Amino acid sequence: MNELAQGLLDAWKLIFTLDRDLLEIVGLSLRVTLTAVAIASLIGLPLGAWLVVNRFRYRRATIAVLNALMGLPPVVVGLVVYLLLSRSGPFGVFGLLFTPAAMIIAQVIIITPMIASISHQVIRDLWADYHDLLLSLNASRWQRIKALLWDGRRALLTAMLAGFGRGIGEVGAIMIVGGNIDHNTRVLTTAISLETGKGNFAFAIGLGLVLIALAVSVNLIIHSLSKTERASNW
Amino acid sequence: MVGSLDSHPPQASILPLRLTGACARVRGKPLVGPVDLTIGAEGLTIVMGPNGSGKTTLLRMMHGLQRVAEGEVCWNIPKRQALGRQAYVFQTPIMMRRRVMDSIAFPLILRGMGKMRARARASEWAQKIGLGDALSRPAPFLSGGEKQKLSLARALIFKPDILFLDEPCANLDGRATREIEAILLEAKAGGTRLVMATHDMGQARRLASDVVFMYGGKVHEKGPAEGFFKGPETREAAMFIKGEIVE
Ligand SMILES: Nc1ncnc2c1ncn2[C@@H]1O[C@H](COP(=O)(O)OP(=O)(O)OP(=O)(O)O)[C@@H](O)[C@H]1O
Ligand SMILES: [Mg+2]
Repeated sequence: MNELAQGLLDAWKLIFTLDRDLLEIVGLSLRVTLTAVAIASLIGLPLGAWLVVNRFRYRRATIAVLNALMGLPPVVVGLVVYLLLSRSGPFGVFGLLFTPAAMIIAQVIIITPMIASISHQVIRDLWADYHDLLLSLNASRWQRIKALLWDGRRALLTAMLAGFGRGIGEVGAIMIVGGNIDHNTRVLTTAISLETGKGNFAFAIGLGLVLIALAVSVNLIIHSLSKTERASNW
Repeated sequence: MVGSLDSHPPQASILPLRLTGACARVRGKPLVGPVDLTIGAEGLTIVMGPNGSGKTTLLRMMHGLQRVAEGEVCWNIPKRQALGRQAYVFQTPIMMRRRVMDSIAFPLILRGMGKMRARARASEWAQKIGLGDALSRPAPFLSGGEKQKLSLARALIFKPDILFLDEPCANLDGRATREIEAILLEAKAGGTRLVMATHDMGQARRLASDVVFMYGGKVHEKGPAEGFFKGPETREAAMFIKGEIVE
């Protein structure tokens, strides 16, 4: 208990003096996860809408697979990406292993199914409303997708934030493909696990506080968004 | 593409619309038909009939929203070209989650018009139809009657060649109904062919040039309005006109 208190005190000092190591780690965490969320959204949002608007043979199967992929264990994703990117793997020539790029790739794989699946559900409900109107107005397939994405944007933003929440707290995959290299691929979660192992509790707790702050603020944003949704502020 | 909204370049007429033996089915069960019917270039067709007689299904079949299981629905031009020149006002208004102005402007945006111009046009229409004060309100929160007005403005804003209306005045008070009728007649004068389902006998008498009377999923009687109202041929139509319950 004493250690926790001491740790908290030291942690506040680190945070308020804007410790450079701390800032660097937070910065990389944000960079990796935000980039991953952006890429995952670019893939997942249109994919979710596309799955609603198009009837094709394996649509149901695709949706089932997508939902199953949401449950992918990050460690396994990390392992697979590791094997793909390692020197002897098929993408070894790019030398991406143990770089932030590798971490982004792993997180994109983890987050995309989640964003696609949530946006699919959101868009499916909206499509049920809009179907006749969009057909009647002779909207092209792409125009339909655009209208659905735009009018569902609040709920879709929630999907993106959920993706961010999953990415920022994830440790299994980025540990494996990033390697937790100091000043290079060290992020909040990997640093916490390292510093804890070293008995460096102050730093670990400081990092933990920042991580919690990020997660909580994301949840607050989600909450306030869903409130404006109900209050019809579009 | 935008140009065609301002000045109709000479193009082949979309009408007449011909239905020959057209049937609508749901899982093999017949809903409507077989229907043989021609919607000519001139006039204003009113579709009447008791609840569940197939008015909505017939209109949807003409518009291409209801699959034609048997028979044919043919426009004067290839179906593909006819699609973009029709509009439909649904029995239950479909409101996009947008502000009134952007909802009305939507068909123009789809046709490639710039946002600013489309919005300006939309607010003119909103004024005209009595939604001038509601421009920046979210469309889903309008009243039932206001939603119907929005639907009508959204349908007329791109000057369709034909407009299908499914009980567009069902939720409107007397004054609003008259205003809407005036707008409909103006659209008609501007070259939009109207096909409208209604339960309002007075409205039917005021507007119809010809009548299609639906009964039990079939076109039970059809013909010029004058003849229909004066001397209907079938017992069911006669009772319907008198306001008696048709069994
Ligand atoms: N998708 C469907 N599945 C099953 N039955 C249907 C379907 N669509 C319509 N029907 C049935 O077909 C019949 C005709 O329906 P329709 O909506 O065309 O009637 P309507 O004349 O427009 O009635 P109202 O005056 O109440 O609007 C009804 O009995 C209805 O229940
Ligand atoms: Mg109906």
